[in-house]
Amino acid sequence: MQTSTKPNPLKTPESSKLQRRKVDGTGIYRRAIAESFVKLNPLTLYKNPVMFVVLVGTLVTFALTINPDLFGSQPGTRLINGLITGILFVTILFANFAEAVAEGRGKAQADALRRTKQDTLARRILPGGQKTEEVSSTQLRKGDFVRVIAGDLIPGDGEVLEGVASVDESAITGESAPVIKEPGSDVASTVTGGTRILSDSLVLRITSNPGEGFIDRMIALVEGAKRQKTPNEIALTVLLAVLTEIFLIVVATLPPFANFVGAPVSIATLIALLVALIPTTIGGLLSAIGIAGMDRVAQFNVIATSGKAVEAAGDIGTLILDKTGTITLGNRLADEFIPVGGHNGRELASVARAASMFDDTPEGKSVVKLAVSQGATNGYNLDGAESVQFTAQTRMSGTDLSNGVVLRKGAVDAIKRYVVDQGGETPPDLDAATERVSLLGGTPLAVCEGKEIFGVIYLKDIVKPGIRQRFEELRRMGIKTIMLTGDNRVTASVIAAEAGVDEFIAEATPEDKIRVIKENQAQGKLVAMTGDGTNDAPALAQADVGVAMNSGTQAAKEAANMVDLDSDPTKLLDVVTIGKQLLITRGALTTFSIANDVSKYFAIIPAMFSAAGIGALNVMGLTSPNSAILSALIFNALIIPALIPLALKGVEFKPLSANQLLTRNILIYGVGGLIVPFICIKLIDIVVTAIGLA
Amino acid sequence: MSWPNLLQYAVFLLIVALLVKPTGTYLALVFEGEKTLLDPLLRPVERLLFRLFGIDATEQMDWKRYALCFTLFGLLGTLLLYSLLRFQSVLAGSSSAYLTTPLTPDLAANTAISFATTTTWQAYGGESTMTYLSQMVGLCAQNFLAGAAGLALGIAFIRGLVRQQTEMLGNFWVDIVRATLWVLLPLSLLGGIVLVWQGVPLNFDAYTPITTLEGRQQIIAQGPVAALEFIKNLGTNGGGFFNVNAAHPYENPTPLTNFLEMLAIVVLPAAFTHTFGRLIGRPKEGWVLFGVMTALFLAGLLACGWVEQTDNPRIAALVSSVSSPPSGNLEGKEIRFGIGGSVLGAIATSNGATGSYNSMHDSYLPLGGAVPLVNMLLGEIIYGGLGTGLYSIIIVQVVALFLAGLMVGSVPEYLGKRIGVAEVKLVALYTLLGPMVVLILTALAVVTAGGKAGLTTNDGFHGLTEILYAYISSFANNGQNFAGLSANSTFYNLTTSFAMIIGRYGQGVVALALAAQFAKQVRRPFTSGSLPTATVQFAGFLIATIFIVGGLSYFPVLALGPFAEHIRLSR
Repeated sequence: MQTSTKPNPLKTPESSKLQRRKVDGTGIYRRAIAESFVKLNPLTLYKNPVMFVVLVGTLVTFALTINPDLFGSQPGTRLINGLITGILFVTILFANFAEAVAEGRGKAQADALRRTKQDTLARRILPGGQKTEEVSSTQLRKGDFVRVIAGDLIPGDGEVLEGVASVDESAITGESAPVIKEPGSDVASTVTGGTRILSDSLVLRITSNPGEGFIDRMIALVEGAKRQKTPNEIALTVLLAVLTEIFLIVVATLPPFANFVGAPVSIATLIALLVALIPTTIGGLLSAIGIAGMDRVAQFNVIATSGKAVEAAGDIGTLILDKTGTITLGNRLADEFIPVGGHNGRELASVARAASMFDDTPEGKSVVKLAVSQGATNGYNLDGAESVQFTAQTRMSGTDLSNGVVLRKGAVDAIKRYVVDQGGETPPDLDAATERVSLLGGTPLAVCEGKEIFGVIYLKDIVKPGIRQRFEELRRMGIKTIMLTGDNRVTASVIAAEAGVDEFIAEATPEDKIRVIKENQAQGKLVAMTGDGTNDAPALAQADVGVAMNSGTQAAKEAANMVDLDSDPTKLLDVVTIGKQLLITRGALTTFSIANDVSKYFAIIPAMFSAAGIGALNVMGLTSPNSAILSALIFNALIIPALIPLALKGVEFKPLSANQLLTRNILIYGVGGLIVPFICIKLIDIVVTAIGLA
Repeated sequence: MSWPNLLQYAVFLLIVALLVKPTGTYLALVFEGEKTLLDPLLRPVERLLFRLFGIDATEQMDWKRYALCFTLFGLLGTLLLYSLLRFQSVLAGSSSAYLTTPLTPDLAANTAISFATTTTWQAYGGESTMTYLSQMVGLCAQNFLAGAAGLALGIAFIRGLVRQQTEMLGNFWVDIVRATLWVLLPLSLLGGIVLVWQGVPLNFDAYTPITTLEGRQQIIAQGPVAALEFIKNLGTNGGGFFNVNAAHPYENPTPLTNFLEMLAIVVLPAAFTHTFGRLIGRPKEGWVLFGVMTALFLAGLLACGWVEQTDNPRIAALVSSVSSPPSGNLEGKEIRFGIGGSVLGAIATSNGATGSYNSMHDSYLPLGGAVPLVNMLLGEIIYGGLGTGLYSIIIVQVVALFLAGLMVGSVPEYLGKRIGVAEVKLVALYTLLGPMVVLILTALAVVTAGGKAGLTTNDGFHGLTEILYAYISSFANNGQNFAGLSANSTFYNLTTSFAMIIGRYGQGVVALALAAQFAKQVRRPFTSGSLPTATVQFAGFLIATIFIVGGLSYFPVLALGPFAEHIRLSR
């Protein structure tokens, strides 16, 4: 897994501290061994056509071990039939084990989650609003109101109505730093059941019934309880089933041919040939690959609602990204002061500093910092000054000094109107300064004292380091990136060029998101996007892969088919890689499995028909017909556990062009699949002969 | 291998390669209804035919309707031919005393099915069975119509990949009319004239009794041979006028006619790759298919040629006292074509789904005879049958792409069309048909008295090969036989008929259904993440898939047939 070993340039400092969710490994294997036997049940094994055929074959050879002449007198002894039976049985166990290990990892995660889901006492607020009663959290229903205070476990998913508190969400995110929850904000107003409130108190409205909450759904998902086969998995199963059918025909028609040329074969040998030929390797590992794919996503702290979503992620053609927080660092920082109307830089810096004194946003702080560095004077007496907060209506903020002086900074047109309303004038060089900032891709903020505009602050969008390279990789994979931003065209184009996205949409509305998604889907592309707000929900639902941030609203989380517990939008890129790995692993192991058949033919056919005098086809020089058949079967069985690590980890994905990738994987898994079994079967044959097995 | 032979092969393939672009372009123009040189002559005829049969040229058919028309057309042809053959003895010109093989119901049915499916498997000898009327009105007509139907099927399949968001694959009636008028008729006419010039007879004379130099009496069969000769190759049918087919001096008198007849087999299916590339808007895709086909064709030529240039070890052992350079295995070969021309004939006919062999493949060395056998077992994908060869190779390509697509980390697609569950199911069904029919029928033949009765000259490994050859030849709609199997029996007439029907209609209908699945989809744009199929790497992977998919199904039976025979022979 490449992404885990290489430092991810996109990860925000917080998330890079985050360890991948650790899974306790010791118990899994013990449990998986037991599960391997449970899974022998023919009713469940039936779903895997390849392994089911092996089971039937095992039963037949078992019967032949007990009575070698069950189907008439035949060549072959009880010992050899018994050995074949044993190897076939182990083959099924290995395949079951692979699936059980993959499932076990999901179950271990689910257990960890379940531990957080304890019954707690909840303070339900009685009608009337003042009194509370203590009830079990399992009795809470959607629409109930509860109060939680510091130290409580939050009894269920809910929406914050009152209060501000810090909440420890490490149970679901693995992130130990507490988060602030408060009402009104789209993002910070939802809480999840099972998390713990650390300070203060909150009033919540419960938004889910017991057993339907976020953690419940997460448990069901990672456990794979409702795992359905993905379309591609079904298609591959069809292909494997038809290969199995072809081999059934090939093997079933062999006895007539063999008898016709006077080289009769035994039933046990025929079953050995059948099992060796049918794609047991991929058949045994297919479901493990799928489960492991979801598990790998989960290890990245992303919960996928279905394997289909993970698979789709590997195939997306278009990635829609919000500019802010994904492509750029969330905050714009002051980069330059441009004085206008005859003022100098120092005057502007002083006004800007005073106007930003109460502005706690990163932008505000960066203005103060820049102002100080540019020699802003403490020319304003801030004693008794009052803060004026930014609102969507005024689109400006500032400081009212106690001496009546009014300082403002805000959107240029808002400041202009503010000044003109007071009878002031806009300096003639203001527009030029504004335009210059826009052309640089920045956001201009005008600064005024009373009715006099002093100049413009250049707020610069900082593109995340390394993102350009990441987009480069995506482009090589054939994925188009589209940046959406509320900024104007000029600003957007500069950022787009700096980040290296393929397309951008400026002044975008939520409707634009849906439109872009639909346009791309009409071209037959799969579209992925991230979102967190309620107004993102329709687009998240429309997208083939919608990743909601865990910090986002309930509506967004429900519309999406993946939830990112760390709320790190750039993680979508990792999910794409995992999806691709999933597909590659399937393709590579299928190719490997089929290529193996060539050598198995060369091992078994000459051995089987030694009476027909085709020993010259025994190119490996295997000792005897029996040792040849056993060696091929032993290889066939052993290759399954040998490939479990690869199935769970996934084939390494390199961001190469499709053609380079094909060449690479054909060389490793195709040509490798032709050569490896020749060597291994020969080695096993030497061992089998040495210990006198055959 | 001798230089003259190599030169012959090189010239042959060079001429094919040079003809691909112009011929393929012409075919594309014809089926797109665009302007061609022949329009002033043929448009009025076309209009007349449309009016006569009440064909609405603007009507579009979905795959079910297209498949229904295709099947009904085949059925109608079969029934008409069957009636003609059954009644030929009471029809005009049937008094010939030389027609010794009775057209029993099973033989007539087998022959009718065989000609309607372009198999033209012949369980009879032409000169001792067919009247001139049957040859002309029955067999020759079917050569045109069945060939045209195959071409129509191929064009409909291409449309499936070209079109988007539609269920319509074209109009079967329009397609066969155009295939006949614009393609098969003019080329047959042209070819027929050259053959007549080279000495192929075109007469309705009575058979001629002559006295040979040795003083024996011999009957020389006559007939309108030239009329049938060219279309049998052009339409990838291959049923000979005479029993020994293209080995007969009246069918194939000179090395030039041999060369031309082989060219006629290969050129249309080869050019069809370009038609495909052109219609899909990516000529390179067509060229890669042509390249893969040609590489496999050449490999077969060289392998078979190399084996046949060696001596039969048993004979060599007998004459070892006389030290001489190897003369090659000349048994069963016409001396006027030599080993080179015979092997070219074996490879062209086995790859071109055409039965018009010019040498007896039964008499090839085991590995030499295995080459045409393998060519057919691979599924008639090396140029293949007229129209049908293209979809045969594309279906293998879809299998290859399914794996290759996964290996580059995307959900597999071909030319922008997704290979999903429905598509894989159809491809799987198509792939399953061959081994199912061929292996099961072969197994049936070796365990039943009816089947074993056909083996009058050989047994064991070679006998197995003969039976396998008969069924794959029927299923692949090829029609050539490995002489040595007496196939005119109820058992073989019925079982080979079954194989021919599944090979033609079973595979054809599945191919149409697949085309419809593709046609419904949007063609997804090609991006840098898409797997390019027109590359050397992918061509290599395709060849590997062709061999592995084919090899895995047939390796055991080949091991017990030609391989075992070879090992025994060389011991």
